[in-house]
Amino acid sequence: MDILILLLALFVLSLFLGVELIVKVPPTLHTPLMSGTNAVSGITLVGALLAAGSDTSPMLVNVLGFLAVTFATINVVGGYLVTNRMLSMFKRK
Amino acid sequence: MSPTVVNLIYLIAGILFILGIKGLTKPSTAVRGNQLSSLGMLIAIVVTLLNAEVVNFTYIIAGGVFGAAVGAFMALRIQMTSMPQMVALLNGFGGGASLTIALAEYFSVLNVDANSFAELLVPVALSSDAFGAGGEGQVTLISIGLTILIGAVTLVGSLVAFAKLQGLSKKNIGLPGGPAGNALLLLGAVIALGCLVISPNQAVTVITLVALALLLGLFLVLPIGGADMPVVIALLNSYSGLAAALAGFILGNTVLIIAGSLVGTSGLILTKIMCVAMNRSLGNVLFGKMAAAGEKIDADEIYAGKVTSAQPDEVAMMLEVAKRVVIVPGYGMAMAQAQHAVRELADSMESRGIEVEYGIHPVAGRMPGHMNVLLAEAEVPYDKLVEMDRINPTFEDTDVVIVIGANDVTNPMAREAEGSPIYGMPILNVDKARNVVVIKRSLSPGFAGLPNPLFAMDHTLMVYGDGKKAVVEMTTALNQI
Repeated sequence: MDILILLLALFVLSLFLGVELIVKVPPTLHTPLMSGTNAVSGITLVGALLAAGSDTSPMLVNVLGFLAVTFATINVVGGYLVTNRMLSMFKRK
Repeated sequence: MSPTVVNLIYLIAGILFILGIKGLTKPSTAVRGNQLSSLGMLIAIVVTLLNAEVVNFTYIIAGGVFGAAVGAFMALRIQMTSMPQMVALLNGFGGGASLTIALAEYFSVLNVDANSFAELLVPVALSSDAFGAGGEGQVTLISIGLTILIGAVTLVGSLVAFAKLQGLSKKNIGLPGGPAGNALLLLGAVIALGCLVISPNQAVTVITLVALALLLGLFLVLPIGGADMPVVIALLNSYSGLAAALAGFILGNTVLIIAGSLVGTSGLILTKIMCVAMNRSLGNVLFGKMAAAGEKIDADEIYAGKVTSAQPDEVAMMLEVAKRVVIVPGYGMAMAQAQHAVRELADSMESRGIEVEYGIHPVAGRMPGHMNVLLAEAEVPYDKLVEMDRINPTFEDTDVVIVIGANDVTNPMAREAEGSPIYGMPILNVDKARNVVVIKRSLSPGFAGLPNPLFAMDHTLMVYGDGKKAVVEMTTALNQI
């Protein structure tokens, strides 16, 4: 339970930090913000790797892990690349 | 590698994500922020691959190579006008990843080697602390259930949003009973979640939960129209982050919780900004229609005999004597792929010493910041793109406003006609300028279904036709003067 309370505290504090950070993002960057956060949410890849790479689990778990790795990798690779592509177009005169 | 070291490295990854988003608060630091964020991702992935539990690389390599190829193909090929579709898909995949992780975690504890679907449904013998002792087990099960619910809703909802944005699904159909039907689905899903927590040894509870959540995602987004998509995409963005954070609770993984909650708040804040810009509540966007007008407004009465149309070369003559011009783009500019033509017109005006700026309404286009990305692609410097609150006071000193493909966000009824469905919505006050040029295919109403009195004003000229063609003709005419 102690660990759970710590995780909950981390969650709540991260929410507050998120609000403080995101309100400072100017509207002109809202689309890259969305694609960039899509890439960040691909961090689920970490959990996906554990499920897909386990040797002791039933086949079903590995298959679900494979799907999770695929989804999350699309987000990581697609998200960062497209965000970079967009951001490199934003130029000041 | 010891768990302590692994967790410390996850912490570093989390810090890099935070610095990455901080970089996005300024266009000049944004590229570097994105790189820092991707570095965080890289070290988190590498340290996980070195984990002793990861021994079977077949599925990892297959999924990783396939996912990377699809992701890279999408990212490098997508047109900037289709960016809302891309983000909708990424939201969906984020939800899908969390959904499948929660299912994998559940079935790895169940540990049945089922050869058929029927075998999977047979209840298994499970020790009472299989998911953790006492309250901890219940929290894990609740996290698994919520991750499945939100992940599945995000996955299907985003695919529907993608289909709508792509023009594959034009009908806005809902369940009979509308919100009540959705509420029933949600209630069913919550009951299935409760059953999962009470009897985790029965896989049928999880499978029912998945099915109901998938249906809920479908019927939540199906009834919502195209112009409300900015809100829907932002909300699904938030859900995908929330699902990732919940998956972090299942795995006890700190970096998932940090990253997921950052994404969750980002989506939520964007949702709120979009709702404020439309003067509608979130509930109204998700479950309501635009409020029916008190009395039916007759478009003919507003337009009859009062609309003046003009040719592009007449507009060019007007621009030639202007000192300050503001361009107001909308979704129509994206549809006509006119952003490059618009930039060329602006270049031509600037070479004559005319001051040109762009007025951007928060909900112009199909996602937050859509117009900014399109104009950035056309190499318009970002300091020329001015937000609504800062551009509005300048319209009185503006000689010509060119409205291209925007409608409702310029409708003065939002300011003046109390009782009108859009009354109170913040708009760009283009009617305060000395002259207004509206480039539009016809006098057809926008998403709100309302006539726009702006079109009938004495100082407004309508240029009918394709946006790109009209702008190109204006540029040509201006260059010949």
